[in-house]
Amino acid sequence: MRATLIPRRQQRPGRQGDADRRTGGAALAERVFRVRESGIIVVLAVFVAVTAAVQPRFLSATNIQFILVDTTVFALLALGETMVVISRNVDLSIGSVLGLSAYASSNLFGPHPGIPIPLVFLVGLGIGLACGAANGIMVAAGRVPSLVVTLATLYIIRGIDILLFSGKQVVQSTLPAAFIQIPRSTTAGIPDLAIAVAVVIGIGAYYLRTYRSGRDLYAIGSNPEAARLAGIPIGRRVFTAFAVSGAIAGVAGVLWAAQYETIDTSAGTGYELQVISAVVVGGVAIFGGSGSVIGAALGALLLSTITTALYVLGISPFWDQAIWGFLLIVAITLDQTITVRLTSALRKRRTRHE
Amino acid sequence: MAIRRATWLALAFPVAATVALAACSSSSSSSPSNAATGSSSSAAASGGLKTGLKVYVIPKQNGQAYFTTADSADSGGAIAALNALGETGTETSGNAATPAAQIPAIQAAISKGANALIVSATDPTALCPTLKSAMSRGITVVTYDSDAPTCRSLFINQAESDKIGTSEVDILAKELNGTGQIAIVSAAASATNQNAWIVGMKQELKKYPKMSLASVVYGNDDATVSTQVTQGLLQQYPNLKGIISPTTVGIAAAAAVLDTPKYRGKVLLTGLGTPNSMKKFVSDGTVKEFELWNPADLGYLAGYAAVELASGKINGTQGQTFTAGKLGSFTVGADNTVVLGPPFVFNSSNISKFDF
Amino acid sequence: MSNLLRGSGRWESGLAAVLVILVIVASSVSPQFLTGNNLFNVGLSYGEIAIMTLPMTLIIISGEIDLSVASILGLASALLGVLWSKGWPMPAIFVVVAITGLAAGAVNGLLVTRLRLPSLAVTIGTLALYRGIATILLGPKTVANFPTAYTNLGVNGVPFTGNDLTYSALIFAVLAIIFGVTLHATPFGRSLYAMGASAEAAQFAGIRVKRNKTILFMTSGLVCSLAGVLWTFRLDTAVQNNGLGLELDVVAIVLLAGVSIFGGKGSIIGVVLAVLVFAGIQNALLLTNFNQEATGIVTGALLLASVFLPNAGRWVRRLSRT
Repeated sequence: MRATLIPRRQQRPGRQGDADRRTGGAALAERVFRVRESGIIVVLAVFVAVTAAVQPRFLSATNIQFILVDTTVFALLALGETMVVISRNVDLSIGSVLGLSAYASSNLFGPHPGIPIPLVFLVGLGIGLACGAANGIMVAAGRVPSLVVTLATLYIIRGIDILLFSGKQVVQSTLPAAFIQIPRSTTAGIPDLAIAVAVVIGIGAYYLRTYRSGRDLYAIGSNPEAARLAGIPIGRRVFTAFAVSGAIAGVAGVLWAAQYETIDTSAGTGYELQVISAVVVGGVAIFGGSGSVIGAALGALLLSTITTALYVLGISPFWDQAIWGFLLIVAITLDQTITVRLTSALRKRRTRHE
Repeated sequence: MAIRRATWLALAFPVAATVALAACSSSSSSSPSNAATGSSSSAAASGGLKTGLKVYVIPKQNGQAYFTTADSADSGGAIAALNALGETGTETSGNAATPAAQIPAIQAAISKGANALIVSATDPTALCPTLKSAMSRGITVVTYDSDAPTCRSLFINQAESDKIGTSEVDILAKELNGTGQIAIVSAAASATNQNAWIVGMKQELKKYPKMSLASVVYGNDDATVSTQVTQGLLQQYPNLKGIISPTTVGIAAAAAVLDTPKYRGKVLLTGLGTPNSMKKFVSDGTVKEFELWNPADLGYLAGYAAVELASGKINGTQGQTFTAGKLGSFTVGADNTVVLGPPFVFNSSNISKFDF
Repeated sequence: MSNLLRGSGRWESGLAAVLVILVIVASSVSPQFLTGNNLFNVGLSYGEIAIMTLPMTLIIISGEIDLSVASILGLASALLGVLWSKGWPMPAIFVVVAITGLAAGAVNGLLVTRLRLPSLAVTIGTLALYRGIATILLGPKTVANFPTAYTNLGVNGVPFTGNDLTYSALIFAVLAIIFGVTLHATPFGRSLYAMGASAEAAQFAGIRVKRNKTILFMTSGLVCSLAGVLWTFRLDTAVQNNGLGLELDVVAIVLLAGVSIFGGKGSIIGVVLAVLVFAGIQNALLLTNFNQEATGIVTGALLLASVFLPNAGRWVRRLSRT
């Protein structure tokens, strides 16, 4: 049993008591997740404060810009991954999708110097969408475990990337100045890209909380059988989640290329485990049914902040992994405790109303 | 019933496999000479060098542009040299720059009858059991670009290790007028070549009392990590005036970080980079000068050296000389090392002439 | 139960067929494929991975997963290197490494059973934690001068077998028998299937779920630290990134064996076959000059086959019904 965001079912005009109970339970759940998100913010704030106390330059405008831009790719990936994980699935192929998209899209500039940048983004998005759709069809229609499918596509997509582009490199001199400027332009000291990604995440969060198709993902994740009995089109929802996750990874790939300016077939290797860690630290339950996109994005931000903090503090970066692993375990433990408490609170509430 | 059948199978299979292996091994000849006699090699025309040798070129990993230039026939690299000499050259490696990925490729080369191996070592010692086993079978082992000092006959070094280190520091010192704090963005902490060059750098810095080394950080030849360590340097040392990154991945990543009005020209960057990846950075002033050698020449020289060794013309001791086709003649130096030459300095006046 | 086994028996027969075809094709294209020397090399390169698949199989069958296996290997390797460079005697080092492996596994087990944390997420955490500790221990150093008596296992085979059986392959064979018997012929093994099918039902049936799972994780820790020791001696190198990234390959092999990721299904025979197929394909690609960069694609395709083909029968029936 775990806490759920009870889906609003417009077709079933519930009895008044039902509605009260549902809103009561849902409201409690909402409150808890707000608390969980604020929990990450608190940890983040504490971390930043401690680091800044030791090394004031940590809070310099440049450093904040560095952290924000470094986070954008991961925050985007976290957005897509959250949608998938909430529905009780997992997408391990995002690193390979990012890599393929990063190379294939930025590679267009060389032979077609005048190509409009939005078109390049569309190509990246298209590649990601195709990969995500492939994942989605296999998982949804095939009813096969997503861990196996996306592990297989992790290998296959990276393999295609290597087959096509091995030994070559996209170099900075082929990339137009406007393209490279995308992750580097700032407004009032805040990177424009960070603002854009924040907006996208906000849209994602709103969609998941408000639209039925978004809330359905939570239902599917917390109790697939009940969701099916309630008439939720599971196949369609899961397919969409994977397609969106892939499309986002595709766009993230193009941004990756703009940021690092030199691209080869190793781009994005190993990102999947990092993104899943960020998502879990952000409060998304690995077995689905709960968590928020904003929490996941904050998790990605925390990951970047810790890594940068270590470098800035001059602590041997050799401590980076150990600290991150420890934090991950603490976060999971915390979430489990919260879930258990919340579930029993919800159960008590229900009994009280009966 | 089914369970018991499964148990029987579970017991039988590994036993059967072991028995089969043992039987297999006793029936096939596994004598050392098996691999070495792979191809018939004959001492033919060109100066007593054998032809028809099977040579395997094994870079740190598949797919890196630097090694593609060093190894391939099109760029005039190792395989071009081997073709010119009448040998068969094949490039092979693993899909990751780790010994675990590289060793199977080396072993497969040995199995396929290699007469010589040209290897850029992913680790100074982890390849030794495999390479020593190759040498004991009469296979010539030559390392290039990155050494495994105790298990090869010859090492083809792109430039004298200390010269790489010293010249990098000299370039930066010239640009900084001998004053300022600098840092180094390296590759993997265990890379042989990197550590050798860094020793040279630290030595040369003593000549510039007004310059100091703030830190050495490791980017692991990964774009993301290299970027983060560079950013960390900029934050930790606000007075940083220069960065040396003696790795093509590292210098590209650092250049991308410095590619903003805030840092361009204020924090100077140099290191080892390829002309193609540095072109734009040089033209907009992020990097003034940087070095490399021609990787194709390095591979070409390695090809010749391997054939000379495999033909028995030299055996790698100090003082021996040989000719490497269009590159001229070379002498084996200390530590059984052949040096390609001084590093080549690229800057805005000559960079457009190169395409690699 | 026998239904389950029969179902998976079909996949194992399929795997065996793939193996036979692979051997036939590869040996006809490349005369070196079946030589003792090549088998020796394959044993060297895949021995440790093969060993790690065995406890992983039991863990997945019981409904959990352990992604920290490669990091425990790395931790064992780092410990071995550090203690050896400090001059400790080898037997003492072995004891410390074994205890560390058990402890690492115990931590995993406790987190999963006592704190009720999902193993997929928790072992991603311990993956980072243990690799991190290995990195802290060794730093940028490499330790290399291990005694030849031990590094010999990377050079010579087991005596009396014509020098073609590696020590790691022999250990794998022995462990496969032990794990196979445990899984398929003991109450403990049967309990794992029950736990994988439904932990709650198993609990009610009197199976000590928590204790068994903790035992599994500790076994995994011990076996992986053994793999770490073998790895270090084979390469005569202890360095912080030993074994980096292997966990996905280990999981891929176990899944390839037809072991269900949901738990409750699978066999050791399948795992042995999957190890041979996985290693065989990569080796064949290298030997036959076929584009070995396609290795990943072949592995991925096989993985997909492992989940789709067993279900194919079900679809055909469903389609023919409409």
